[in-house]
Amino acid sequence: MVGGGGILGWLSVLDRKLWRDLWGMKTQALAIAFVIAGGVSVQLLSTGMLNSLQETRRAYYERYLLADVWAPVVRAPQALLSDIRGLDGVQAAETRIRAGALFDMPGMSEPASGEILSLPDAGLPAVNQLYLTRGRTPEADRGNEVVVLESFATAHALQIGDMVSATIHGRRARLTIVGIGLSPEHVYTIAPGEIVPDDRLFGVMWMGRQALARAVDQDGAFNEAVVRLSHGASQAAVIAELDLMFEPFGAPGAYGRDEQISDVFVSSEIDQLRTMGNVLPPIFLLVAAFLVNIVISRLIAVQRAGIGLLKAFGYRDDEVGWHYMKLVAVIGLAGLVIGGGLGIWLGREMAIMYTQYYRFPFLVFNADPRTYAIVIAITAIAILGGAAIAVRRAASLNPADAMTQPPPPDYSKAAGMGITRWHRIDQQTRMILRQIIRWPIRASLTVAGVAASGALLIGTMFFIDSMSVMMDGFFNVSNRYDVSVSFVQPRSRAAYHSIERMPGVLAAEPFRAASARLRHGNLEERAALIGSPPDPQLSRMVDAQYRTVSPPPGGLVLSQDLAIKLDVEAGDMLEIHIAEGRRPVLQVPVSAVTTTLIGSGAQMQIGDLNALLGEGDVVSGAYLIVDPDQVDTLYNTLKSVPLVAGTGLQSLAAQNLDDLMQQNLGTAIWIYTGFAGLIALGVIYNSVRISFAERQRELASLRVLGFTVADVSYILLGEVAFLTLLALPVGAAAGTGMAWYLAQAISSELFRLPFVINLSTFGLAGALLIGITIGSSLLVRHQIERLDMVAVLKTGE
Amino acid sequence: MPTPKTPTEPMEGLCFRTRGLTKTYGKGAAEVQALRGVDLELPDGELVVVLGASGSGKSTFLNIIGGLDKATSGEVFFRGRDIGRASRQELTQYRRRNVGFVFQFYNLMPSLTAWENVALVTEIADNPLTPDAALDMVGLKERQNHFPAQMSGGEQQRVAIARAIAKQPSVLLCDEPTGALDSATGSRVLEALKTVNDELGATTLIITHNAGVAAMAHRVVVFGDGAVREVRVNAHPKSPKDITW
Repeated sequence: MVGGGGILGWLSVLDRKLWRDLWGMKTQALAIAFVIAGGVSVQLLSTGMLNSLQETRRAYYERYLLADVWAPVVRAPQALLSDIRGLDGVQAAETRIRAGALFDMPGMSEPASGEILSLPDAGLPAVNQLYLTRGRTPEADRGNEVVVLESFATAHALQIGDMVSATIHGRRARLTIVGIGLSPEHVYTIAPGEIVPDDRLFGVMWMGRQALARAVDQDGAFNEAVVRLSHGASQAAVIAELDLMFEPFGAPGAYGRDEQISDVFVSSEIDQLRTMGNVLPPIFLLVAAFLVNIVISRLIAVQRAGIGLLKAFGYRDDEVGWHYMKLVAVIGLAGLVIGGGLGIWLGREMAIMYTQYYRFPFLVFNADPRTYAIVIAITAIAILGGAAIAVRRAASLNPADAMTQPPPPDYSKAAGMGITRWHRIDQQTRMILRQIIRWPIRASLTVAGVAASGALLIGTMFFIDSMSVMMDGFFNVSNRYDVSVSFVQPRSRAAYHSIERMPGVLAAEPFRAASARLRHGNLEERAALIGSPPDPQLSRMVDAQYRTVSPPPGGLVLSQDLAIKLDVEAGDMLEIHIAEGRRPVLQVPVSAVTTTLIGSGAQMQIGDLNALLGEGDVVSGAYLIVDPDQVDTLYNTLKSVPLVAGTGLQSLAAQNLDDLMQQNLGTAIWIYTGFAGLIALGVIYNSVRISFAERQRELASLRVLGFTVADVSYILLGEVAFLTLLALPVGAAAGTGMAWYLAQAISSELFRLPFVINLSTFGLAGALLIGITIGSSLLVRHQIERLDMVAVLKTGE
Repeated sequence: MPTPKTPTEPMEGLCFRTRGLTKTYGKGAAEVQALRGVDLELPDGELVVVLGASGSGKSTFLNIIGGLDKATSGEVFFRGRDIGRASRQELTQYRRRNVGFVFQFYNLMPSLTAWENVALVTEIADNPLTPDAALDMVGLKERQNHFPAQMSGGEQQRVAIARAIAKQPSVLLCDEPTGALDSATGSRVLEALKTVNDELGATTLIITHNAGVAAMAHRVVVFGDGAVREVRVNAHPKSPKDITW
């Protein structure tokens, strides 16, 4: 071992220099590593979270035997089960009873609704098994025992042994909780017609088959079959067979997972995450790569003298090149390690957050190795590429030239110098302007770097703005009611009027809803057909510009997503198969197609719909505006009315949606924003720091001439401040473009993102960038104060 | 009555006086003693040539009296003010008001023309010459709109001198001003320094390796091993034109 103890002793002299150089520039190296980490971790976080969610969902569905097909009927004999099991492509099948219920929860004035499902009296179901977190399943001979869905139990602090009052089929029952569990069918529990889950207001319970059959008059019968398909079987064929078999028993039509409400929501959210994951992280990674490339090449450029010295000692160009490549490789590796660690950790945390939110019983964490390979490759190309160009430029100098002070750069030939000759500006400002004009590419790269990080900030924060506009549109323009009430079955106008006259109701609006299959050619979509008054006030379809779209007499208004799926335009005829009552098949013209922000819809006038359905002047429920002081009285009244199947509360829905966004998407967005900030920090700090390195000779000269630290800081930081200010509008424009692209790229069946960016978002992004610039400047100003004038000026370079 | 920030003492006719000035760099085994107790008196308005081998302490001495560096111990008085105990801010003000520097590497701002480089200083000085007058004094008036990259080394050094004298400093400190120049050009630079000393009366210190330069000085100070080895007064200074080197 020669000289220097410890680990350095094992390294070659050149490598020791490397470590000491790195240590000398540790803050700067760390800032570059942060930029890399920002790009890398967002990518890993996104894929890690997504893969884990998908894998967890798949494993959960597989282990707990989630059905592939649900086939509801009004009432069919139990004997059909063997026929169902005998169908081609059916691997397993169960029949069961599914009943709507109202739960009277203590301490809650509003009624909770939900459903009760039957469990086989002996053994486990072959389809849709429960995951019991506590307790046991109901005993066959004890009629009032139930298992409660965990989310509902948690929301009401229900324990094993507690009693719950329920109204099932118009009859009151006292149920005893013997178990608490989860079900793959109820990953996302949501009341029909709602867009946001509310664990307090919607519950699911499981009862023994006999007991539930007795309660709803289904002895020896069932009202839903659930089927798992064998591998490779055609879902459409099985659905067709089931529809045919159940035709005589009043079947609205079987459907697959793609229409099962829980899975639709989970899939939609995963799709949304995937789209966001396909769009955002690559932008992050590319921007980070671009920025690192710039920073590294400037970093190497200021090492010119060191490169000359090594060459003077007789090191070959490739040895010198390799030396500096190692320097940047260490920085890159640090970035990968920080970013990789953060990305995997955050991805896992996010996946855990989602599994808790969706109440998956377990988490399968899965990160795709291909992602790592891609991320490492892109990072390596960006870093080594940036370094290679600069190293080659420096290594091509002959050593003597590299070591002597370079001749002063010629400012006389730069274009646009004329304006800087203006006499009214002081010499310091003149220096700032000339520096920028003389090296326009370097100045534009700094501007581009700051602008790109600003664009990332705006592009991510845009989601918050967009979501709140979407919610505002949904709750304050489209659905302005306080409470929605739905009946068990369509009722006469008299029932509606009785609701309208209830205490506390200030305004009411009836609606008619019928589940239907919309067909156009070979295309088919299930949708709720809504009938509303000719000039609806409380629940309206609005277009993307918040204009009310009212269906004209005899026509149907269709949301754009449905229109696209069915390939119809205004003026086309649509075949509508009503899936309830007499189940008529109707031909209705599409009178308009409109862009809605949340949800899909097919709407016509209530009179037209009733006329087509031929069931007289009936309503499915009502939307109400309620006197806030009388809400409790109204709820108590509604709870006692047997015809009410459920109620929905807008204020709670809005609150829940808000919570949902804060919790899931919100967290993801703030994490992305955080990384965008980290990238901005890395870029700006490095820009300032490298400018300092490039110009410290000038700055030291000025200090010697008697310029104060503040005077000198003005010259260095004034340039950075000027470029940052220049970058702000560029970043705002780029961020706007990015947001526009994201709004187009990220929209799902359930959400369409409006393209809206609040002024405050621009303001916040700008303030962040300015703040980071000020912070970086203060750090560098500290170095200006410590600048060793003598050492800098006495050397050639 | 406000307390004076730095102690003063009467120094009739003296520009600088140092007593027991030491400077130590580094600590422990790496400790280097650059000055080992310098006692020196330099009268106002003289042209002083400072000679000495590399490492003799002459540059360290120059940096301390120029307010660029601080002594480890000892006193350094400038016209009766103890600048050895001045704060960093006070040193900045001291340099701004009283000191002009000329270095071996000219340290001009490459982004400013000759005229603008001089204006850089006149803009912050209390009673400056005009940039034109300063450039005229070093014989560069016709080159005032040229950038450093468009000038020769000697011209750049003369701009540096014009920049240093434009504030009408009390002291002009030159560290190897001709070190990077050939002899003909160096001679022109020395002439410029001589003119400045004659016309402005600024106490001028010139550090050089070139013993021949000593012939133009009023006083020659020789440094060795961190201390003053010899002080000679030159009764008949020669013109730089007559110096051979």
